[in-house]
Order: sequence, then structure tokens, then C-alpha cells
Amino acid sequence: MSILKKILTTAALTSAMMAGAAQAENVKIALVVKALGIGFFEAAAKGAEEAAKELGDVEVIYTGPTDTTAEGQIEVINSLIAQGVNAIAISANDKDALVPALQKAMERGITVISWDSGVAPEGRMMHLNPSSNALIGNTIIKLAADNMPEGGEVAILSASATATNQNIWIEEAKKVLPNYAGVTLVDTVYGDDLADKSYREAQGLIAKYPNLKAIIAPTTVGILAASQAVTDGGLIGKVNVTGLGLPSEMAGAVESGATKSFAIWNPIDLGYAATMLSYNIVKGAKAEAGAEIGMGRMGTAKLDDNNEAAMSDPFTYDASNIADFKSIF
Amino acid sequence: MKAALTSRDALLTYAIIAMTAVIAYRFPAFITPSSLANTFNDTAPLMILVIGQMIVILTKCIDLSVAATLALTGMVAALMDGAGVPLALVIPAAIALGAMLGMVNGLLVWRVGIPSIVVTLGTMTIYRGVIFLMTDGKWVNAHEMSDAFKALPRLHVLGLPVMSWVAIAVIAIFAVIMTRTVLGRSFYAVGGNPHAAVYAGIDVGRTQFAAFSISGALAGLVGYLWVSRYAVAYVDVAGGFELDVVAACVIGGISIAGGIGGVRGAILGCIFLGIIKNALPVIGVSPFWQMAISGTAIVLAVAVNALQNRPKGRLILKTTETGARA
Repeated sequence: MSILKKILTTAALTSAMMAGAAQAENVKIALVVKALGIGFFEAAAKGAEEAAKELGDVEVIYTGPTDTTAEGQIEVINSLIAQGVNAIAISANDKDALVPALQKAMERGITVISWDSGVAPEGRMMHLNPSSNALIGNTIIKLAADNMPEGGEVAILSASATATNQNIWIEEAKKVLPNYAGVTLVDTVYGDDLADKSYREAQGLIAKYPNLKAIIAPTTVGILAASQAVTDGGLIGKVNVTGLGLPSEMAGAVESGATKSFAIWNPIDLGYAATMLSYNIVKGAKAEAGAEIGMGRMGTAKLDDNNEAAMSDPFTYDASNIADFKSIF
Repeated sequence: MKAALTSRDALLTYAIIAMTAVIAYRFPAFITPSSLANTFNDTAPLMILVIGQMIVILTKCIDLSVAATLALTGMVAALMDGAGVPLALVIPAAIALGAMLGMVNGLLVWRVGIPSIVVTLGTMTIYRGVIFLMTDGKWVNAHEMSDAFKALPRLHVLGLPVMSWVAIAVIAIFAVIMTRTVLGRSFYAVGGNPHAAVYAGIDVGRTQFAAFSISGALAGLVGYLWVSRYAVAYVDVAGGFELDVVAACVIGGISIAGGIGGVRGAILGCIFLGIIKNALPVIGVSPFWQMAISGTAIVLAVAVNALQNRPKGRLILKTTETGARA
């Protein structure tokens, strides 16, 4: 009896001491990514470190499996639970497979949020989207309009005619079109995310619309192929190619001038915002529909009915900053 | 026989002219010389690949791995260029690698005796998988390629880009090989009547091996041209292009059963497909209709070919049947 009592007392004391120590210690936030060694996520880790420095009492654990599997992430989550981290911010390899492991984490009092690639609502407290469809739709039109002050004809070169993402963005872009005086959308064509078909479609647009001022491609394959078609056609300066692309892929097109500017979500900001949100929720912010949670320099995240929030406009890249980003992602 | 061949090619030529006329009616700028040159240049990679595929099909085989071979050699060429290897070495290396990949197909068909459709279906996946292993799925982009690497196919000589000239050279060389050399004639013999070929002293397996090697080498050449032209190399380059190559052969009257067809028909098949691909974007057809239209055009072309061939096939069957009954 006395032994048991002793053990219990010791255990209670130890846990009390540990709890006390934890309070004085840093907030441990684990940034779990799809796989280690991917430029996009390394950049997100940089953003997380930036947030940690700004907050002061935060320790960021950047981790993830070596390949993009849900099994690998589950192992990582289990070891993080064992380590007793305060928060897990995850970009998921599978929407549903991670739910049980993450629920276990939440039962242990760990704050769980997802970012970039989401987890089903029952497996996280909130999800941070890099941007919203409306913001992306507006950005792609704005990028074209900014480079044509007198207005003119623009055309969209999309992925396949049935691609969900692209179709939503194009719908959103059409909604905001009246806000840009003089900009007319003359055609929408589909390159099926194949380099050769996209190239041909871009050539077709150029042949069909002699006054075309810009081609908007909200897809990484399309924007590259269109840039190449414009370069080969000797139309740099006449037709501007813009849309969504990755800096590492678009560096050549920006250098040649075929693309004046393009956009994509900034992974550094994303890692930063995810860390800030995790910290604020650990510190007591309620993650519920309609709540507004601070994201430091990124403003506040407003949660919708699914506890999802959008970070910001996609980040714009041009000749002035492409060199800094092309080696990152 | 000669007359039948001529009229089939002639029929396809009329179809191409009629189709071009309809397109010109809807979009007159399509038939300007520069636009037609563009279309020809855009079709050049298809033509080179179709020559290789034609030879393979003539020997009663099929090469479904051409697009994957193209993608793998293209990626290797881009990586070699990135490592600073001069262009004068990159192109021969690409052709040699393509030939080696073709030889793998050829050996499996010749020595192991696996049907070619199974062999190339497998190697198609393997070759794409190898690209993934080499690069971890990363892209090689325009700014990572040297200027010389990107400039060659675009260089204009006598009014046409080098890529078009390469295609013309390949067509000319193989037009001679197929009609004037022992190897060229043995491709027909092997596909037309394998048993007779054996009696004539032709090694069927070895000839098929040669066909796959040529197809691979040409795919290697196109690998460089393709990656250089679109200035990007990644795993899915030319995804599904093998079907276009086979379609162009079939439209051009190359019999899938082997032994029938020629360079002229194959090239007409390419031009037919190339015009459809280049015209559909400019004549304002809904993207949902485009696939159905190109598919219908292919079926129509093949149906016409089949009708052309029908009297001959019937005659042989009937003679044999009556012969057997008698």
C-alpha cells in the first residue's frame, strides 16, 4: 500500500514538475510536411523559423516522412505525440488516413491544424488554405490588367476542360472582369496540361486574335508552354503571358520578357502563418466558425463554416524578385 | 497492286486537300505559307516517330514505348546539357540511348519471344519510371538549359527551321532504305509472309530487332528535338503520344497485320493528323468536340483504307475456299 502511495505521489509530483517546467519552456510547434527535401516545404520551414524568432518563446520542429505517404506521416505524428509537442501543423498526404492519429493527438491536448493540403474536419481544429478561389481568380486578371493600362484583348489557356480547380478560378476571374475597364476576355482554350497541346493552343490564340495583349494560364504547364510559343513567335513585348507558375520553372520566361509577372502562393508566408495560428490556438484562441485568429504580419484568418480560412492573395513574382525564389521552389 | 497503292495515297491526298479547303473557308489565314510551314514544323516530330513505327508495324510488331523512349532520352539530353556536355555529343548520345532502349524491346521480342505489344507496354512504363528515379519528379526548365541546346531546332535554314529539315532528311533517307536496300525489303518480307521470308533466308527475329532499334534511335533523336523545342523536360513529356504515332500510321494505310504500307502513306497520315491538330484551335471548335472530331476523322480515314483493300482480301479468301472445296 505504502509503496503504491509512494509511486502515485512521485508520479503526481513529477507530472506537476514537468507541467511547471513546460510552462516555463518554449511552445513546441511541429511543422509536419508531405515529405522532406521538397523545395516548397523547405521554404515553408523558413517562414516557420521567422515566426518563431518573432514570437520568441517558440521552438519549431520541422519534420515529415522521407516519401509522400500517409503511413510515414502517421509514424511522425505518433512520435510527436510521444515527445509531447504543443501543436502540430500538417500538410497532409491523405485527407482521411491521418484522422485517427491526429484525433489521438487532440485527445492529448495537442493543438492540430492543417495547412496547404487539408485534413478532414474531424481530424483538425482548423485548415489554412494558401489562398481562396476568389482571390486567385482576381489575381490572374489583375496580373494581366496591370501590364496593359489601355486595356485590350486577353485569352485564357487552361488545363483540361474538366479540371475542377482551373474552372472555379476562371469562373471567379469572369466575375471580377467588369472591374477592369477595357479588358475583354476573347476566348478560353484548353491545353490539357500537355506541353505540346498547350503550345499549339497558344499559337492558335495568337493566330486567331491579332490584337491579343495577354494570355492568362492558371496552370504551370500552360504558362510555360505559352511563354515558349510567344518567344518562338517573336512576340515578346506584344503578348504578355501570365497566370500561375512556379519560380523555378518560370525563371527563363521572366528573364526573356515573355512573362512580365506571374503568381503563386508564397510558401514562406504559408509556413509563417501556420506557425502563428498554431501558437495563438495553443495560447487560447478558439478555433470555431466565424472566429478571427491572428497570423502576425499576414493579418487575421477568418474561419468559415468548415473551420477553413484563406491566407492571402497569391504572391506576385517578377524580374525584381525571381532570382531570390527560383532556387527555393 | 501498284495502281491500288497509288490510288489509296491519292485518296488520302484528296481528303487532306478537301479538309484544308474547309478550314481555309472558316479561317483563311491557315493557308498562308508561314502558317503551313508552322504546321509542318509542328508535325515534324510526329513524322520522324511514324517512320520508325511504320517499320516496326511492317514486321507485324508494334512499338508502344516510343513516347516513353522520347521522354527518357529527352530528359537525359537535358541533364547532360545541364552538366555542361557540348551539344555535338548530346545529340549522338540521345540517338544512341534511344537505339539501346529500342534494342531492349527488340531483344525481348526476338530472343525471349514475348509479343511486342506486351513488351512495349511494359517498357513504356519502365522508361517513364526511370525518368522519375533519375529526377525525383523534378523538372528541367528553360533557364537550366544552354542557349545552344534550345536554339538548334529553331534555327532557320533556307526559310525552314532545322527541325523541319531533320524530318525531311529522315523521310528522304528512309524512302531510299525502304525501297532500295535488302534490309528495307526484308521488313516487308517478314511482315508480309514470315514463312516465305524464312525460306528466302531472312531471319525474322533479327529483322524485327533491327526494326525496334531503328524506331528507338529515331525516338531518341526526337527526344532531343522535343525537349529543346518546348524547353522543358519532365516525367510526362509527350504523354500518350504513342497513340498519335500509331494513329498516323493507320491513317497512312500501314496495315496493322504487317507487310503493307510505305513512307509516302505514313507521311500523308502525319500531315492529315497534323492539320487537324493545328487547325482545331483556330477554327473555334469547342474543346468538348475536338476529341470526337479527331477520332471521327481517324475512323473515317481507316474505313476508306479498309474499303480500298477489301476487294483484294476477298479475292484471296474466295480462291482459297473454292480451292479447298474442290
